[in-house]
Order: sequence, then structure tokens, then C-alpha cells
Amino acid sequence: MWRIVHQFGSPPWVYRFCDRVIPWLLPITVVALLTGSIWGLLFAPTDYKQGDSYRIIYIHVPAAVVALAGYYVMALAGLVSLVWRVKLADTAMRAAAPIGAAYTAIALITGAIWGKPTWGAWWVWDARITSMLILFFLYVGVIALFEAYENKTVAARACAILSLVGTVNIPIIYKSVDWWYSLHQPASIKFTGSSAIDASMLYPLLGMIITFYALFALLMMLNLKQSLTEEYAQSAWLNKRLTA
Amino acid sequence: MYFDSVADALAMGGHGAFVWGAYGISFVIIFFVLLRPIMSIRTLNAGIRQEALRKQSAQVAQENAS
Repeated sequence: MWRIVHQFGSPPWVYRFCDRVIPWLLPITVVALLTGSIWGLLFAPTDYKQGDSYRIIYIHVPAAVVALAGYYVMALAGLVSLVWRVKLADTAMRAAAPIGAAYTAIALITGAIWGKPTWGAWWVWDARITSMLILFFLYVGVIALFEAYENKTVAARACAILSLVGTVNIPIIYKSVDWWYSLHQPASIKFTGSSAIDASMLYPLLGMIITFYALFALLMMLNLKQSLTEEYAQSAWLNKRLTA
Repeated sequence: MYFDSVADALAMGGHGAFVWGAYGISFVIIFFVLLRPIMSIRTLNAGIRQEALRKQSAQVAQENAS
């Protein structure tokens, strides 16, 4: 058990792991992304109430779900970096931030585009949407905060604290549709009890959610590999690996 | 396919611009976050390899001189 934990803290091991998984995960994710999109766009049935504009959910929902899950990854890495001072943990924290920002941006933009024909407005200052916007600012804040410090050790610590404090926002986003009177519809997929969505729409949606998780993992590994290459450009292990 | 024709699929019941636009923008964002680390790794690796070559040739030159 401890050996596994140690391996996760070892840059050469993590670099090698990313290097090995990326060539497999990249084509699988791209194919899954295209398949899922085509399924949702062309093969899933039309919604009787919202018409064809509902097809946006095949991107909107997965992006939003993984944007929230990704925040836990970032905050957890921040916690590990603060408590145990593992350098790789703050590399992981920084790797997660731009992906989370991109996912949140996708969720917000596709939501706005869906809102126009469905609600009649691009944007409403509604609990769910506003808390999602705050999530976007938190992700961007972590990226900006890291750049703002000259001393990168202090920068990583500040980012870790910001991401941990920001965790408060996550349950607020989850519960926003129940706590406040909100224009945003509550979750249709439930883990307990039956889902309020038909199987012909549920399967492509679940497929896209899994795909967005896989894409998150892929981007995480790419960003980690990029950071490690930057940080360890002078190291013997990386030089040996690249020139062999 | 759910739609009867390509034109129907493009029209999306009158919401074509919204649906295709949302997918288009999302794919552009995904493309960029995917491409950024890949290109960066390429540039960094090229730099590291070049530096290694430079060191190697400097070493050879020094050995020849002595």
C-alpha cells in the first residue's frame, strides 16, 4: 500500500505512467466524443417539450458534472500539497485548474445557448447559474493566483488555500436547484429510484458523462506530463528517457 | 438516424444554429485545451534533445582538443 502511495509522489514514475497511458486514452476519448455527439445529435429522439434544442444537454450536463467533480480533484491535490508538502500534488492541482475552467466555460456557454430558445434569455441571475459562474472564477482564480507570485512555493500554498476554501461552493451548486426557487431544472438522473429520463436519451447521456470523465483524465495526464517536462528538463532521468 | 433528411438534421426543428453552435463552440474549447499541452510538450522535448546534443558535441570537442 505504502509503495503505491510513494509511487504517486515520484515524478519519474508518474511521468512514465502518463507517457504509457496517453497514446491509448487519446484516440479512445476522441472516438468516444465523436460517437457520443453523433448519437445525441442525430440518433436520440426529440424531446416532446423542448424540441431539438434539448440535444445540447449531451454536452452541457457532462461538462457541468465533471466540472464539479474536477474541483474535488483540484481541492484534494491542494490539501495533500498543504499537509504533506508533496511537490507533485501542487503540480496536479495546477494541472486540474485549466481543465476545470474549460469545462465550466463549456457548461455556461452551452447553457446560455440552450436558455435562449427555451427560457427566452441567454442569461438569468439564478442560483444554479450564478454559483456555476463563481466556480468558473475559482478555477480562473487559482490559475491567476499562481502566476501572480514570484515565489512558486508560496504561490502553490496560496492556490491550495483558495481551492480548499472554494470547496464550499460545490454543495451549494448541487443543492441550488432544491434550496432556491430556480429556473434551472433539477437533476433528471438519480442514483436511487427511477430516473426521470427515458433509456433512449439516458444511454447517450451516460456515455457522454463517462467520455467527459475520460477526457478529464486524459487532459490531466497531458498537463502533468507538460509540467513535469518543464520542471525536470535538467534532470538525468528525463534526459535519458528523451535521448535514448 | 432520427431525422428524415440531412436538411432536417441541420435545421433541428428551427433551432439548428443553437444546437450546432453549442457543439461547435464546445469542440473548439476542447480542441484548444487538448492541443496546448501537446504542443508545449513537443517544444520542450525538442529543446531538451537539442541541449543534450550540444553538450555531447562540446564533450567530444573537448576530448579531441586534449
